[in-house]
Amino acid sequence: MSATPEPYVGPTSSSPVTHHILSVLVENKAGVLARIAGLFARRGFNIYSLAVAPAEGHARFSRITIVVDAETTPLEQIVGQLDKLVNVVAITDLAPRDAVERELLLATVSYESDTRTAVLDAVASAGASIVDVDAGAVTIMLAGTPAACDQFERRLESFASVELHRTGRVALSRLGSQKN
Amino acid sequence: MELTGAQALIKSLEQQGVDVMFGLPGGAILPVYDPLIDSTIRHILVRHEQGAGHMAEGYALATGRPGVAMVTSGPGATNIVTPIANAHMDSTPLVVITGQVASGSIGTDAFQECDITGITSGITKHNFLVSSASELPRIIAAAFHLATTGRPGPVLVDVPKDIAQSKMEWWWPSTIEELDLPGYRPNVAVDEDAVARAAALIASAERPVLYVGGGTLKSRASAELLAFAERTGIPVVTTLMARGAFPDSHPQHLGMPGMHGFYTAVTAMQRSDLLISLGARFDDRVTGRLDGFAPDAKIIHVDIDKAEINKVRRADVALIGDVREMLTALDAATSTPTSLDAWWRQLRAWQEEFPLTYDEPTTDGPLRPQSVIEAIARQAAPGTIVASGVGQHQMWAAQHWKYEEPGTWINSGGAGTMGFGVPAAIGAKVGRPDRTVWTIDGDGCFQMTAQELVTARAEGIPIKVAILNNAYLGMVRQWQEMFYDERYSEVYLSPDLPDYVKWAEAMGCVGLRATSHQDVDRVIAEANSVHDVPVVIDFRTDASEKVFPMVPSGATNDDIVVHPRQRGGNA
Repeated sequence: MSATPEPYVGPTSSSPVTHHILSVLVENKAGVLARIAGLFARRGFNIYSLAVAPAEGHARFSRITIVVDAETTPLEQIVGQLDKLVNVVAITDLAPRDAVERELLLATVSYESDTRTAVLDAVASAGASIVDVDAGAVTIMLAGTPAACDQFERRLESFASVELHRTGRVALSRLGSQKN
Repeated sequence: MELTGAQALIKSLEQQGVDVMFGLPGGAILPVYDPLIDSTIRHILVRHEQGAGHMAEGYALATGRPGVAMVTSGPGATNIVTPIANAHMDSTPLVVITGQVASGSIGTDAFQECDITGITSGITKHNFLVSSASELPRIIAAAFHLATTGRPGPVLVDVPKDIAQSKMEWWWPSTIEELDLPGYRPNVAVDEDAVARAAALIASAERPVLYVGGGTLKSRASAELLAFAERTGIPVVTTLMARGAFPDSHPQHLGMPGMHGFYTAVTAMQRSDLLISLGARFDDRVTGRLDGFAPDAKIIHVDIDKAEINKVRRADVALIGDVREMLTALDAATSTPTSLDAWWRQLRAWQEEFPLTYDEPTTDGPLRPQSVIEAIARQAAPGTIVASGVGQHQMWAAQHWKYEEPGTWINSGGAGTMGFGVPAAIGAKVGRPDRTVWTIDGDGCFQMTAQELVTARAEGIPIKVAILNNAYLGMVRQWQEMFYDERYSEVYLSPDLPDYVKWAEAMGCVGLRATSHQDVDRVIAEANSVHDVPVVIDFRTDASEKVFPMVPSGATNDDIVVHPRQRGGNA
């Protein structure tokens, strides 16, 4: 028996597929995000990540991409309850294999003169780009698959003083996988 | 036609056919109370906003029409949160209008400000914060549409004071599309394939049970249920929320299932090989411990709310849609099941061995609460409506009164809201003034909302209240007796404090008391002879009386505890 609780681990590229991506089209109205977050909280559904943006050039709708834990709660129940929210217009359930997923990673990395090359190598090999520069530090951006972001994040861990943010994933159906 | 937001709001309610609303004014809702003076809508001024909410619920449950309540911001709004939660649990159609501080003051902790749309987002079907007067007609129409279609429920409309005061050009939405609810699609087409699979299950079932829930009442499916049950010969149980959906006098009715259900109703579900759930949701009070519930039963689950399917118990066939429509489709598709004779022989044997029972009244001791209810029922006019609070008296009223038609049983099921009875009865009487309305109440419940009898007297709403006064919070006392070694913690209330007769009289009602069995019939007759004002009867009942049968918490329905006289095989 271990005295320390298991750390909370979100889905990674290597974890078994227990998560699903819900692409939720909602009315762009005040309080909609709170309704969705409140539903997940009161029903005890787990969210790994959540991203919101205006949808398809509409002022009227937004698209929320939610990565949910489909192991602790059946996906059917999550979708059913979500669908009852009046402001939710449509829900697309994307199994990871049927989805194109992307995530954005921003990281500010400090370097010394002897590590500068290693930082630049890491940026180049991951296909990341440098978006801000100061003496002894760069801010790096990587847009890629969650797996690529995981891998890049691990690589950056070897450098001193890293401040890192990830957006959480957005996703669309993989072309050719749409059955209806 | 130029109107103020307040005028438009009242006019919108009139457009919706609202004839009565329950409420209490205050600062933020003041502008809306002005045009009310010139309206055809009857407003009933309550003494506490919780009363307004429960009255609106009682009105809705008795009439099938949405109940409407209006209160002010801040504490006015929070006082009606309990009825909103109650209506949400029991899928009761309600439209609640709250005043809000002026738009510019929202978020500044202004006087009597509270975030009522935030507070109620989890306990309403939907809510609206109005942002301009011109959208009021659309929002009111949408609120009624949402409250009454699909799975019904409460909808709240929060109206900032400046919007009620501002001007708008009157209009009224003429189509559903104009309600601007792109995410709301309550109607589902009948799944003929699922109907056929359900029909096949019914045709081959040997021990089927029609498990009838509140959704059957909501969809007004009683006639279809009766036809289907009689043609197929399948036994019926009606849950606490469905009492009255199928006549209690009908020989196929096994009674109420659940924690305090009839032995045969509970056991029929346990031994069933096919449960046909009609607008029920496998509530924990019905299933008992879930892993031991109806272990051999296949499930046909009929519900208009897709999220109820597989939420608690996996369905073998799901029929998503209105119960009435689905019953009609099922009836057309179903041949008569295989002979149910053996099943009925078993059911009749259980009914014979374990009928609902209680100890006979003694001549000198305190009253038996069950016999008081039966005495009221004997003298009641046909079609009498019964409302109740929550606790022992509620269970006895559900067990010992015979419900013959929809809308005659008004109670708080899912939320279990003490104090529901008196205001709900008032709302029911307002909706059905032609009917006698009795509240079977407990002394604990009565003390929570009794002030609404002042409303009833002032507004000329002559309800009758039977307080089963055992001087205890009786259901809690029962649990402490049975499961906490008779260690009674904070449940004693006193039979005489308050003096219920004097209290009734102080509220302008007739107050009566019955302390012995010789009094009971006479006092009830006296109450029945009063037609103009509310009547309260203080029945002094036996505190040691318990509700049986009982499935203890955490036990399976196989472990149902019957009345002591029926235990040990010497029934």
